[in-house]
Amino acid sequence: MLSTLYLAVTEALRSLVANKMRSFLTVLGIVIGVAAVIALLAIGRGAQTAITGSIEGLGTNLIFVAPGNTRDPAAARNARPMKWQDVLALQDPAAAPSVQWVVPLLQRSVRVSKGDRHHNTIAFGTTPEYRIVRNYNVAEGEFFTQTHMLSRAPVVLLGPEVAQVLFDRTEGLVGETVHINGHPFRVIGVLEAKGGGGFGPNQDDRVVMPITAMYARLFPDMQGKVDGIMISAVSPEAIESAKEEIRQILRLRHRLRPDQEDDFSIFTQQEFLQVFQVITGVLTIFLGGIAAISLLVGGIGIMNIMLVSVTERTREIGLRKALGARKRDILIQFLTEATTLSLVGGLIGIALGWGLATAVEHIAARFDTTLPAVVDLQAVLLATLFSAGVGIFFGFYPANRAANLEPVEALRYE
Amino acid sequence: MTADIVIQAHDLHKIYRPGRDVEVHALRGVSFTVQRGEAVAIMGPSGSGKSTLMNILGCLDKPTRGEYILDGQPVADLNDDQLAVIRNRKVGFVFQSFNLLPRVSALENVMLPLRYAGVLRGAAQRAREALEAVGLGDRLHHKPNELSGGQQQRVAIARALVNRPAIILADEPTGNLDTQSGQDIMRLLLRLNREQGTTLIVVTHDPEVARQMQRILHIRDGRLVKEEVPAARPVPTGGVPHA
Repeated sequence: MLSTLYLAVTEALRSLVANKMRSFLTVLGIVIGVAAVIALLAIGRGAQTAITGSIEGLGTNLIFVAPGNTRDPAAARNARPMKWQDVLALQDPAAAPSVQWVVPLLQRSVRVSKGDRHHNTIAFGTTPEYRIVRNYNVAEGEFFTQTHMLSRAPVVLLGPEVAQVLFDRTEGLVGETVHINGHPFRVIGVLEAKGGGGFGPNQDDRVVMPITAMYARLFPDMQGKVDGIMISAVSPEAIESAKEEIRQILRLRHRLRPDQEDDFSIFTQQEFLQVFQVITGVLTIFLGGIAAISLLVGGIGIMNIMLVSVTERTREIGLRKALGARKRDILIQFLTEATTLSLVGGLIGIALGWGLATAVEHIAARFDTTLPAVVDLQAVLLATLFSAGVGIFFGFYPANRAANLEPVEALRYE
Repeated sequence: MTADIVIQAHDLHKIYRPGRDVEVHALRGVSFTVQRGEAVAIMGPSGSGKSTLMNILGCLDKPTRGEYILDGQPVADLNDDQLAVIRNRKVGFVFQSFNLLPRVSALENVMLPLRYAGVLRGAAQRAREALEAVGLGDRLHHKPNELSGGQQQRVAIARALVNRPAIILADEPTGNLDTQSGQDIMRLLLRLNREQGTTLIVVTHDPEVARQMQRILHIRDGRLVKEEVPAARPVPTGGVPHA
């Protein structure tokens, strides 16, 4: 059985090699289709890994609370800002036992200057727990402390990109002074580089300072208000209960009647991931469509060339029948040939797609974007199976036609 | 029926219908028998029905009416695949235009019938022996386009022999060859007939070829009109060249 298959495949390969140019042009459709799908899937999977990584890199068990209700556009416009009192209420362990850390966030565009160098970036005003919740480490210096908070100290941590722009270096900056919107701030540390990520706001282009200092020095009119609250649950299992506790506390504090909608929104990391997975799902369906169309076109090409081949080789088929080939033998011969053709196309396509994805990865790396090309075994197996399937499906009609030729007619064919 | 009769044709009719209301009677009741080991020529002008008769004898086609028993096997009622098996086991074809597969070696061409017989083990050895028997032991790996016409026809004969068939059916085997090569091929076929006892049936319109057979069947307008034993059957002389 195995040696029969071996004979059939070598025979098929020989006949394909005999018509190199024709075989090449025929499989081109399959090659291009499979290559496109493999490359796009690899890049898509790489992007997914990168995004998932950056979402998870935000910290563990994270819950975000933003003012306004995203499901109610009218409410979102008149969003009531959240207050310090909200933050304090959420920190109450009796009312919110599932909550571990509560971190307020004020974020504003600022202009950071050093001498005659200026850089526009985003300032984050927050509390010392920000470091824990966001998994932030400092490359040098120290994160600010409760003491800095209480004294509204004008201290700042620079993101590595900000440091690079202002100082041309990211080290030895502790003790330097920068001006933020014209106010002097002392540099107490440099944040660890988190990488460009390529998606979402650049995590390296920012400055972080105590929220009290931000109120006192930069944005006095924001005193007591926060843009958002980051909360970490005590464990991944506690996220749902933490969400409910937060909701009840905030509804109570905002004096909402039972028939009123929330005037705030709560997102979990999980929900971000889910939204992203929906996007990925749509992308996958789209790619699947491209694959199906290109394989269909490629398959029709194979069917066409196999019909030509059957006509050309009518005498050969007649001879084989005279020598004792049964219908099945001829059918298998031509099916093997069609399948070998499309399978070879599929394998070339996989290699080409892999190469393309790797090239894209390198080009992205040139532009400081991490976009790992992830060619997974599943995609390779699927592409192989599908291209073989296309060969069998589109090869069947020509092969069947060959198998049903009358030996006398076929032998007489010129 | 005795075991010595290898071909028994009884009242064979073949009617083609190339169009509506058009009937062509290619055979109109042909009956004859051939003994095992005989060498028989079938002669007739074109349109006489000899090709049709050859197709039926070779189990490539079925008679419309009549009975045909090949090597003890009635074949009139067999289906296509059963006929393929009969062709594979009992018939060796030699065609006017050789009909070798162009891209494969002589050895692989000869192995082809063994493959369809399901013989894999020892197939190469048997094919080599068949090629040696026709004097091509030194041309095993040559492709058809590297061989002369006579050599190609000998590869075809080796291919016909390799399954040890009951009959060898040669259709104008010398038609595409020059006189010398043609004579060599006839000598080879007759030697195999004599030495291995292979029943040989040659379809030809060349009287020189027919004269060398033990018996000549003349066919005309779909009927056997004359059966003749050549008066002076020349004894084939000389061996096979290059053997």
